[in-house]
Amino acid sequence: MPLTTVHPQFIIKRDMDLCIQCGVCTRQCSYDAQKIDPEDGRVSSDPRTCVGCQRCVTLCPTGALVVTERELHGRSHPNWSLQVQRAIHRQAESGGMLLTGMGTDKNYRIYWDNLVLNASQVTNPSIDPLREPMELRTFLGAKPERVEFDDEGNPVSQAGPLLTLDTPIMFSAMSYGSISFNACYSLARAAKNAGTYFNTGEGGLHRDLYEYADHAIVQVASGRFGVTPQYLDAAAAVEIKIGQGAKPGIGGHLPGEKVSAEISATRMIPEGSDAISPAPHHDIYSIEDLKQLIYALKEATNYSKPVSVKIAAVNYVVPIAVGAVRAGADIVAMDGTRGGSGATPTVIRDNVGIPIEFALAAVDSRLRQEGIRHQASLVVAGGFRNSADIAKAIALGADAVYIGTSALIALGCHMCQSCYTGKCTWGICTQDPYLTKRLNPEIGTRSLTNLLRAWSLEIKEMLGGMGMNSIDSLRGNREMLRGIGLTTEELEILEVAPVGR
Amino acid sequence: MKRVYAKEEVCIGCRLCEIYCIFQHSGHHTLVKAFLDQENLPEPAVRVEEDGAMSFALQCRHCDDAPCVAACIAGAMTRDPHTGAIKHDEERCVGCWSCVMVCPFGAIRMDNEKGKVGSKCDLCEGKGIPACVAHCPNEALIYE
Repeated sequence: MPLTTVHPQFIIKRDMDLCIQCGVCTRQCSYDAQKIDPEDGRVSSDPRTCVGCQRCVTLCPTGALVVTERELHGRSHPNWSLQVQRAIHRQAESGGMLLTGMGTDKNYRIYWDNLVLNASQVTNPSIDPLREPMELRTFLGAKPERVEFDDEGNPVSQAGPLLTLDTPIMFSAMSYGSISFNACYSLARAAKNAGTYFNTGEGGLHRDLYEYADHAIVQVASGRFGVTPQYLDAAAAVEIKIGQGAKPGIGGHLPGEKVSAEISATRMIPEGSDAISPAPHHDIYSIEDLKQLIYALKEATNYSKPVSVKIAAVNYVVPIAVGAVRAGADIVAMDGTRGGSGATPTVIRDNVGIPIEFALAAVDSRLRQEGIRHQASLVVAGGFRNSADIAKAIALGADAVYIGTSALIALGCHMCQSCYTGKCTWGICTQDPYLTKRLNPEIGTRSLTNLLRAWSLEIKEMLGGMGMNSIDSLRGNREMLRGIGLTTEELEILEVAPVGR
Repeated sequence: MKRVYAKEEVCIGCRLCEIYCIFQHSGHHTLVKAFLDQENLPEPAVRVEEDGAMSFALQCRHCDDAPCVAACIAGAMTRDPHTGAIKHDEERCVGCWSCVMVCPFGAIRMDNEKGKVGSKCDLCEGKGIPACVAHCPNEALIYE
């Protein structure tokens, strides 16, 4: 083998005073970075294949292991950082596109951290959510322009079919295929427990998950995998997937080796064949075409459930989102540039798309200007890290958010960004039966339910602080936000006043 | 009576149950010390059986009809009248291996050096939840 110029990315440190040679690390590592030396039967490490997933570190019963990122050795250079050099070395060896997983790790500004929330003082007193009822219930879908009453005072306005959420947080689209069945099962059960929804992604709905279909948003994406009349009928809502924040303009590719018998049956493709989602929908080349698909799906489901359109936040997100609303979408979901993926070309993930903060502010404003904001709900996605990000998004105009990466972190993910290898040591992003067992759906369901509960409690606390007893009072209420450390132009787009004003 | 049950579908084959079983019966206060004392390292009473992706932890089932108790020629295997658990008395054991032969689960191990039964699950008697159950990282062992 010729000399490789790709240096190990991690250092595995083993404290030999603590190591008891139990071999747990070797059994947990699916990347062959921890091995038993066949000569002496002792554990040994090989940092060259380590991805930094922290599985061995977490399972080691004596805390003998530390896996850290390796610092650049050699002369430093601001233009030619370790990452840059590494990418060139890897491509010089492979001649291929670099793949990665999860959302971008490029150091883009997280604008949520430049926004602060308001609280009541003296006037409009704050509310204690532990003593008084606090409403997080959220309805997604088309609403009437105004509420009208008949002569007897009964409301006559009709809303379209609505999704009812007990908390404004839903699970993002993650397909069965990209993640394991146990991960999907945990998401489905947690969505049911928390009174919210999970999203099938483009993987179809596994027959064992039909039980949870009333909490499922089912996707119709460019590959049309797993779309059947039963699939559409069973779901709570249907989502047309146009784009994804981690890979705007790019399709999907589930390699044949992951297409097991179960996935083949769910997606309705031959076992072992590649599942390729084309970059565009081949029947959608315009807003008018999108309208046809929206209405085809509404027709197919007898106008009984909302139809969502999911797009990636890109330069022209505003006219596209407005077009989708005018085309009849009941929900427009937008995924920002920090959104995650199981596999995406690194160059796309790190360089295409705009942050969700700006997309949301701009789209919400334009829909209001055009007087059609009530015709559709806005759901935003792309790197929501905590309840404060969510509260700020709602104040900026979102009806609800999708969380994907944070849900996976709750399931054990340690962000090693190696999802595309199919060897996820946490049993999340893999179909290897030896690895998928590692995600116990009982624990997964509990963790996700806990996360949603914790965040909902925090949102209530923030609402109470602002003197509100309903999430509806915060929705689109940008008076509750102030910007800090932002330029005039950024504040203008966000339509948020600077702190102190 | 309460027994340890294995959930094969979520056993990850890490063998932490074996490690904590050894520690529990080592008499040492820390895991590291227990394993440093290699000479007195006890045999684990729980074993992970593994074949490819299939794995589960197996220990004495404390059978209701306990063939080992019936087969023991020395009266070393007895049922605890209070807890119902099957106990092994090393003092009485003569190493005839009758229990090993009749055990339907292969859960009793021989200690060839001592010439006696080497390990047999005692449900961590009197010490609360058995160590294997308490330390299973994936809740693949339950005690009920």
